[in-house]
Amino acid sequence: MNAHPYAFLALFLGVAIAFPLVLLGVAWLWVRFFQPAKPGPLKNSTYECGLAASGETWIQFKAHYYLYAILFLVFDVEVLFLLPCAVAFTGLSTGALVAMLVFILLLAEGLVWFWHRGHLEWK
Amino acid sequence: MTDAEREELRRHGILLTSLEELYNWGRSNSIWPIQFGLACCAIEMIAAATARFDIARFGAEIFRPSPRQADLMIVSGTVTKKMAPLVVRLWNQMPEPKYCIAMGACAISGGPFKQGYSVLKGIDRFLPVDIYIPGCPPRPEALLNGLIKLQEKIKGEKLTGPNAARHVRADVNNEHPIPEYGAHDLVPSKNTALWSPPAPPTA
Repeated sequence: MNAHPYAFLALFLGVAIAFPLVLLGVAWLWVRFFQPAKPGPLKNSTYECGLAASGETWIQFKAHYYLYAILFLVFDVEVLFLLPCAVAFTGLSTGALVAMLVFILLLAEGLVWFWHRGHLEWK
Repeated sequence: MTDAEREELRRHGILLTSLEELYNWGRSNSIWPIQFGLACCAIEMIAAATARFDIARFGAEIFRPSPRQADLMIVSGTVTKKMAPLVVRLWNQMPEPKYCIAMGACAISGGPFKQGYSVLKGIDRFLPVDIYIPGCPPRPEALLNGLIKLQEKIKGEKLTGPNAARHVRADVNNEHPIPEYGAHDLVPSKNTALWSPPAPPTA
């Protein structure tokens, strides 16, 4: 009998599915019999360092916050790249200087764009 | 086979074990305390985690900042009446199996502040304490000793039968009512299911 050349893939798939299922099953059985869950209103409540939870447990962050964070990151990395350039400035060729200028100008353009769009003002 | 027989076999180099023993061995060597200090004892508790004392040797170095992931509450220091409801609430939020160590004289009995109107005279009035560590404050070695005692206790727990540990029994709930702030004292001032005042001395 000749098995299909790809039969072993099906076998692998079967094992790959069965293996985690068996482990999850054992874990479930263990919890069921040896570690019964005992939920309660207190245990299910929001963790507030021991204080009673107050107000909504879901809050929304302003998307603006993330914009600020990204902006900070961009210019943070800029400093990172500028530092070696500044240190080795006198030994650099004209080409390197031009490349650095392009880099800074692109960033400056980004800053102007951000400023123009009003993203630097906290609303 | 009794434990004594098993020990005897072990001395002769034959290792026999049971699922229960393996389970308890694993649990006892991975106790995660909740990161929760109250007073001076907390400094000793912190010192126990440093390289000199190295609580990591016992697998207990992971002080969890959330009760959800902790199974040991080290009540380290003076429990004021203002703080007691918070301690009990955190305890209630910890999942089973959970254990409680009362570290230091204050946590056990109020210690030097026992006469103070604001101090709880022992956390065992509200929580089921497994291990008491005396001292004021107890040194980190004492905490480690308490931890070893707790490990011994966990290793001796049964999973089945009439003497089964409290966490495997579905009928035992290890959540305790949270006291509230009253006009003069906590209301109630003690959990009567856990603690009753000692009998007066008979002359």
